Amino acid sequence: MSDQVSHLHDAPGPRARRITWIASIVFGLAALAGLYLLVYRPLADQGQLSREMWGPLLDPSNESFRLVWARIATGFVATLVAAALAVVSSLLFGTLLAILRVELASLLQRSFADRATPIAWALRWASRLLASFTRLCVEVFRGLPVLITIFLVARGLPEAGIMLPTVWFLVIGLTIYNMVVIGEILRSGMEGLPRGQAEAASALGLGSLQTTLTVLLPQAYRIMLPALISQLVVVLKDTSLGFIISYEDTLQIAKQIIGVLGNPIQLYVVIGALFILVNAALSWLAGYVQHRLTRGRMTILAVRPTGRESEHLEISAAPETIR
Amino acid sequence: MRLLIDNFDVFAGGFWVTFQLCVISAVAALALGTLLAVMRVSPVPPLRMVAAGYVAAFRNLPLTVVFFFTAFGLPALGSNASILKIPGLDLLFRRLGTDLPYFRFAVLALSLYTAAFVCEAFRAGINAVPAGQAEAGRAIGLTFSQNLRLVILPQAWRAAIVPLGSAIIAMIKNSALAGFFGVVGDLAQTADQLTSAEGNPFIPVAIGICIGYLVLTVPLGLLLDRVERGRAAASR
Repeated sequence: MSDQVSHLHDAPGPRARRITWIASIVFGLAALAGLYLLVYRPLADQGQLSREMWGPLLDPSNESFRLVWARIATGFVATLVAAALAVVSSLLFGTLLAILRVELASLLQRSFADRATPIAWALRWASRLLASFTRLCVEVFRGLPVLITIFLVARGLPEAGIMLPTVWFLVIGLTIYNMVVIGEILRSGMEGLPRGQAEAASALGLGSLQTTLTVLLPQAYRIMLPALISQLVVVLKDTSLGFIISYEDTLQIAKQIIGVLGNPIQLYVVIGALFILVNAALSWLAGYVQHRLTRGRMTILAVRPTGRESEHLEISAAPETIR
Repeated sequence: MRLLIDNFDVFAGGFWVTFQLCVISAVAALALGTLLAVMRVSPVPPLRMVAAGYVAAFRNLPLTVVFFFTAFGLPALGSNASILKIPGLDLLFRRLGTDLPYFRFAVLALSLYTAAFVCEAFRAGINAVPAGQAEAGRAIGLTFSQNLRLVILPQAWRAAIVPLGSAIIAMIKNSALAGFFGVVGDLAQTADQLTSAEGNPFIPVAIGICIGYLVLTVPLGLLLDRVERGRAAASR
């Protein structure tokens, strides 16, 4: 961190170093005092730091300890299962969507001049219509809150007579949103590739679909891997929305435990810490992969995910490598 | 479709509540996020650590957990976020001043959560300013705050605007969660109310709610795409 911004500061002289030291101590003390006054005191005053509140979570000798953690583990596994299913299906459908949009874009380029005029005209219009339709779908599902998609799926499918276990409603809702996001990540990756890639492929005699599948898509995956991993963090976080449709995930189970033990703050601290740990590990993995890729292939990595696709992506590369 | 027209005022009301929630939270998140970004690049290590810790925590927490903290944790501590009853502002946004604190809890959760992403956007923007700019600023004797104010931030702002916009769009979408944490009458809660409590047919309600959110998010998204394309063309 500090090395990235070091060019903002002069190399500190003795006076600047003294000022920094004093400021550090003052701010450090102020932060501690703030923690004490704003966090510790209110908690202690309300008896939130007592043994009976924290015991079931932290003290292995407490009689509820095992049971509580067994329940939390069940919930977390349920969260992970839903997240994994959502990730796999959104990757699958997102890839299909990206291929579809790239293919439609290349259809738009064709004039179908080899066919009879009315047929060519109809084909041109059909491809234009399909392209705008998929574009519309992408904009709509990207613009809707995931929460609303999940909610609509969970309400709408039973109304249409489709009964599924709750987990599938959650997975479908998450997939609808994330396949669009992943599809756009992959598409912008493919469109960002040097034109020579596609031209070389067609010079070799590959068809449009073959080009996409064997030349463009693998490279797009490679370039967009950090963005894709960051999207995993988003999916994992969004899985916690399952509680609104009463999926037995971590938060639902936390609610049940709170109903028995009555310690919301403590339990949410623990669950928050769990999420932070897992997600931080995933973010770290994304950063690591990006680092490895940057080292590996400088030229191809000149392409970077564009702003909207990188909604939650940490832009950690130094400006020189972004280009 | 009759349902949509008959209940137009209900949808409009929901839209209005969601809109208010988003405006207040966006302003608060931008302010807090800017402060955090400045802290994150400051020469004082404790400030940097606090900001980095804040960002790491809130970026990795699901918003749902943040909402649980504000909606259930604060009342357990005997607070009802009355700090947000800002005189004058609660006249403009009347829900800030009411006795039911859920709107304030939602504002708090959304702005705390989004501030972390705003901070990251600004930091990315600051990193995108070529190092030579800051070095030149230092060479002509600007202090850290002058350098930041006069040289870095005006340029960082430009690079940060697209990620900032994405953060705000994400926030608008996230605001749907407020309806499930006690905020009455926003778009998400309206959907729940109209379908499950009043038993209205599902599809018209869904269409109405979707339009409500799309009106907020899609124009912003298209605007961002334009800005981005313009920037890409300019830098080529």
